[in-house]
Amino acid sequence: MSAAQNHMRMEFPSLPENVAFARTTVAVFASQLDFTLDELDEIKVATSEAVSNTVIHAYGKGTGTVTLCCQIFPDRLEVELVDEGIGIEDVDKALEPAYTTVPEERMGLGLVFINEYMDVLSIESKPGQGTKVHMVKYVKAPKPDGV
Amino acid sequence: MEIHHQRRGTTLLVTMKGELDLLTAPIFRAQVDQELETFERLSSLILDLGKVDFIDSSGLGAILGRYKRIRQRGGKLLLVNAQPQVQKILELSGLDKIMPLFPNAERALEHL
Repeated sequence: MSAAQNHMRMEFPSLPENVAFARTTVAVFASQLDFTLDELDEIKVATSEAVSNTVIHAYGKGTGTVTLCCQIFPDRLEVELVDEGIGIEDVDKALEPAYTTVPEERMGLGLVFINEYMDVLSIESKPGQGTKVHMVKYVKAPKPDGV
Repeated sequence: MEIHHQRRGTTLLVTMKGELDLLTAPIFRAQVDQELETFERLSSLILDLGKVDFIDSSGLGAILGRYKRIRQRGGKLLLVNAQPQVQKILELSGLDKIMPLFPNAERALEHL
């Protein structure tokens, strides 16, 4: 495993005002790699969805800290989003299309978009112990297993 | 996010500029709902997305909510002028199946 060529880490409160800031920052950081403009748009959408989920779900009606880390490797961007919130009871259920715990005008498509736009999505979470979302996008999008 | 709206008969034409996400979707929702509540004869909604350069599932949820309201009045919600990245999201979500896309507002008005 090669070392990251560049990395960044930032923390911000889980406020809707920070969603655009986070997605724009990640896309600008990702532009160091040879992504197309369409791919940078996809990274923006995926980051927006991940951060929005954290803002809506992680701390209930309160606000907590979100940590966003990005790493640039020669062949990929890795994005990690960590909160110390209430966690997800059933991660598999959360990944189902149209599943939402906030039915009023939420479509439950956030993780669907991340799955579509990123090459790897993994979620580690336990109730009461926060959530870690890890996303990877490869340059020119080769699959990690070469498929 | 800038939102302008204009009534044309029983149709509300809404033009948006900017990014439609978790922060701005409630603004869009409030402005459109206020028009719909004030003018009960409004039965159709045309959303001009030509200057929307970003949308995510929060934005789509707000659009879907307005679709449901306008359907309750027996009307239609039509989308016009979507940029390619916005159109891709609409297709991925399946919303384009229930809300037809048109190249401009005039073509959409002809469809009503």
